[in-house]
Amino acid sequence: MNNGDNAAGPLLTGRRLVKAHGRTEALRGATVTLDAGEILAVTGPSGSGKSTLAHCLSGITRPDAGSVTYAGQRLEDLTEKRLSELRRTEFGVVFQFGQLIPELTAADNVALPLMLAGAGRAGARAAAGEWLERFGVRGQEESRPGEMSGGQAQRVALARALVTGPRVVFADEPTGALDSLAGEQVMTALVHTARETGTAVLLITHDAQVAAYADREVRLCDGVATPQGVAA
Amino acid sequence: MSTRHILLGLLASGPSHGYDLKRRHDARFPQARPLAYGQVYTTLQRLVRDGLAEVGGTDSDGGPERTVYRVTDDGARELSQWAGEIAPPAPFVTNEIFAKVVVSILSDGDPAGYLRAQRAAHMERMRELTAVKTAGDADLATVLSADFALNHLDADLRWMTTTAARLTTLTAEVDTA
Repeated sequence: MNNGDNAAGPLLTGRRLVKAHGRTEALRGATVTLDAGEILAVTGPSGSGKSTLAHCLSGITRPDAGSVTYAGQRLEDLTEKRLSELRRTEFGVVFQFGQLIPELTAADNVALPLMLAGAGRAGARAAAGEWLERFGVRGQEESRPGEMSGGQAQRVALARALVTGPRVVFADEPTGALDSLAGEQVMTALVHTARETGTAVLLITHDAQVAAYADREVRLCDGVATPQGVAA
Repeated sequence: MSTRHILLGLLASGPSHGYDLKRRHDARFPQARPLAYGQVYTTLQRLVRDGLAEVGGTDSDGGPERTVYRVTDDGARELSQWAGEIAPPAPFVTNEIFAKVVVSILSDGDPAGYLRAQRAAHMERMRELTAVKTAGDADLATVLSADFALNHLDADLRWMTTTAARLTTLTAEVDTA
């Protein structure tokens, strides 16, 4: 099976993606590639289709036209079950806020994806502790999201996104709700960990200072990517 | 930018000779243009002439003998006054990017194309500065100086993005007129 490494090509490719929400075309033929281990910033003004692009690339939304290929597999060819498994094992997701389960402690939030994948609670919580340490939030294991600062909660969310060892993390405005210093800590933690683990990151942001953490930038304008997508 | 006040500030943390001041200046202001030795010595002589610094002996430290300077009471007062004075919030802001866009509009050039290219160059520099700032061994002076440059480049970028959007609107208005 082609795992995306032996081919010299990118790990993830969205080709000529089209997606409409009602009568509004969010994507109008956007082409974007992400290499293994690459940190790519997708920037553009509000309404330029950044989030829709991330949703299509991560298999959350099926595009109206165009194709998404991950490690040699076309996502549109996969069954819903297989796609959902792929999302659970290969992809991690971080949003601006609100993705942690408020009733669960930080450790349980991070352990949850492992438990959903079949791990026992004790082992999952031990792994969660290691990831919390990695993101500098050790000591917050028993805190619930409402008891942490925004920056701490976001670092817990990063730990949760990375705990399953995904090959791609989709981060949609991960610092959007944070002040600049907390945002910097979140970005530094994300980038250092991604580089250490060889995880590719698709970083959606409208903030140039956040985009500057990436290796490369693709700019979306009116649903079209410029200028660094692969040739259409 | 006042080199004399910056040197006074460095002297305020302890007596020093010219070579050491130059070295410390370049370390404290890593993104600034390095000071020339000539400028350091000329400035020190003027500080002594104005009574803000004085010669406090010599120091050989195994090498050639060097004159050591220290700040005077007048110098400390002058420094404290300067450091607390507000800087004028740039009443006449202009720079090359702004000038090029204006000239390009006037001369029927391609301001949008220029803005795209300039944006890419700005982003490249911002990536470099972010790498400098987030390197494990970055000290506070390096982080502060990279932050300062990053925020100014970001301000340029925001202006460029808004201007590019305005140009699109402007072109549409001209085309439908």
